[in-house]
Amino acid sequence: MTESNQLPNKVAATKSGGNNVMGLEFNSNKVFFDYSGLIPFFIFALIFILVPTISVVFFAFKGNFGEWTLENLRVALREEYLSSLIGSLRLGFFSAITGAFFGFFTAYAVSISGRKKLQRVVSTASGVFANTGGVPLAFFFIAAVGNYGLVTVNLNKIGIDIYSGSFTLFGFSGLVLVYLYFQIPLMVIVTYPAIEGLKNEWREAAVNLGASKFIFWKYIGVPLLVPAITGAFLLLFANAFAAYATANVLTSGTLPLLPVQIGSLVNGNVIADQTNVGMAMGLEMIIVVSIAMAGYIYLDRRTSKWRKK
Amino acid sequence: MRISRRSGLLVSGIATALAASVMLAPVQAADSSTATSLADFGGLAGLEAKCKAEGQLNVIALPRDWANYGEVIDTFLRKYPGVNVDSQNPEGSSAQELAAVRQLKGSNRAPDVVDVGLAYAISGAAEGLFAPYKVATWEDIPTGAKEKNGLWFMDYGGVIAIGYDAKRVKVAPKSIKDLANPIYKNQVALNGNPTAANAALHGVIAASVAAAGADKGVKDISNGVNLIKSWKKAGTFLPVQASSATVANGQTPITLDWDYLQGKYAKSSTKVQWKKVVPSDAVIGGYYVQAINKTAPNPACARLWMEYLYSDQGQNLWLAGGARPIRLDAMQKKGTANKKYVADLPKLPAGAKVIFPTFDQQTKAKADLAKLWGKLN
Repeated sequence: MTESNQLPNKVAATKSGGNNVMGLEFNSNKVFFDYSGLIPFFIFALIFILVPTISVVFFAFKGNFGEWTLENLRVALREEYLSSLIGSLRLGFFSAITGAFFGFFTAYAVSISGRKKLQRVVSTASGVFANTGGVPLAFFFIAAVGNYGLVTVNLNKIGIDIYSGSFTLFGFSGLVLVYLYFQIPLMVIVTYPAIEGLKNEWREAAVNLGASKFIFWKYIGVPLLVPAITGAFLLLFANAFAAYATANVLTSGTLPLLPVQIGSLVNGNVIADQTNVGMAMGLEMIIVVSIAMAGYIYLDRRTSKWRKK
Repeated sequence: MRISRRSGLLVSGIATALAASVMLAPVQAADSSTATSLADFGGLAGLEAKCKAEGQLNVIALPRDWANYGEVIDTFLRKYPGVNVDSQNPEGSSAQELAAVRQLKGSNRAPDVVDVGLAYAISGAAEGLFAPYKVATWEDIPTGAKEKNGLWFMDYGGVIAIGYDAKRVKVAPKSIKDLANPIYKNQVALNGNPTAANAALHGVIAASVAAAGADKGVKDISNGVNLIKSWKKAGTFLPVQASSATVANGQTPITLDWDYLQGKYAKSSTKVQWKKVVPSDAVIGGYYVQAINKTAPNPACARLWMEYLYSDQGQNLWLAGGARPIRLDAMQKKGTANKKYVADLPKLPAGAKVIFPTFDQQTKAKADLAKLWGKLN
């Protein structure tokens, strides 16, 4: 692409008697033209990502009377709000680790099955499930395994009461369960290409050189897959860390979670003068998610490097 | 209802006729945005004429199924057919209402009037967002329920009631303390997160009063949090947010919520038989608040809306929705309150005195709750 771009440039430059300015102008027009199809996307990103992010950071350092201050951040890191940061980190971690575990083995099973139709169905279905969330998702689970949910009622008929023990849909373990609904499919989508990338020839080559199954996995399979799995884990982590509506409906703030806490500070009917503390907590979230996503991008690059070759 | 609507039309018909004659007289044309009472318009007819000229009213955060607002708006539209009502962000919160007033300042889309929780009325007034105005029925509003210059005034409210689906709940709860009974396992819910939702906050205050008595309970909300914690231990309390869907599905057959917000549960499914009871051990009242945007794009219609809401007609419409309008006492004395709707309100326990948590008490409760609620699990 770049090669072919430069060629007519040079031609243009020599034609106009070595006039660099002309060439440059041509070039910038060309760049503009090449990217013009992306303008709607840039506008979208500007309005819905860049401007809100900047305003969150800006207001995180503003007091109620417009003065600059670190007070919001200090309050946001005080015990009652710090617990929600910790709660969200915990939820993100456990939900990502369980999601990554089940998701990876699902993807692996589907991959080695060798059935093309199954692979297509799983990847399409995963795309749908991975994008389900919010209040509807919470209600799916209430309707399925809530007190009077379809599954609960039918299990009751055959003598199984899922509520006889300590199970609850409306706490930490319940949220981990509900989040699996979108975490497992997301893991499948993200790691499937990496698993497919493990070429059969490599395995054959290793076996021909006398490697056992264990040796193959130890020196070839696992090292190749670890960056992909870790990267996917970080993506899953950020995904659960930032989920809001489902958690809000299911736990009503009884479980300290950062997005829910921000919701009550910024949007609530109750606490009137701490909007900017919510912004400071938003800043915390931006930082955590940025770190996770930077890790994901780095690892994803490493994974795709050998996948292409 | 039908009678009062008709007489309303009759009155407005006469008023329009009068308006023509009034307009002929050289009345000093006041600027609508600084008018503080009907007198500045030379009476209701003058105000109606000014609003008709504006032809537009922007309201915000008024859900149609909330305290009968659907019918309140529809009746206004019928009464003033030339005025268009733009109902923005009907599911919005008080915080979003004030944010809209600030951010849309100067725009003709800015809300003309707001309906907010008390905390937001007070902070909005301190911020200078509201215009002072006294409706014609100002004297009927109790002293504690209005800002003395008319920057804000309470409108409708109710008491915290235990609502339950009689089909699923065989033994009717009578008091908040009853809700600890294991027969209600996995059945009790609040309407949302008390650190964000006003209804849920007052639900926790009610629990606090039930646990520690009127005086201590209102002052220290930790009593309520501890009571709810004990319900969680007993397995009766669910932290899920009650909604029409969870009621229809049977997940939340018992809720602690404002009595006037429970109508939607009754309508959620034909299988649901919703009943309300005011708990014998805590009668907590609360009112929402009206205020006029100081920089309202339609200042006359904003004021006309208030006159309408605080007229007997407007107040009876709220009453029809199961809410208690602020002028209820005065209207009952005059005999203008609709008797059928009054009879439909859940009965207060005999001799009960309604407790209205003050602004300071609510502020303290919220600050404490922000620390305590997240530790419930």
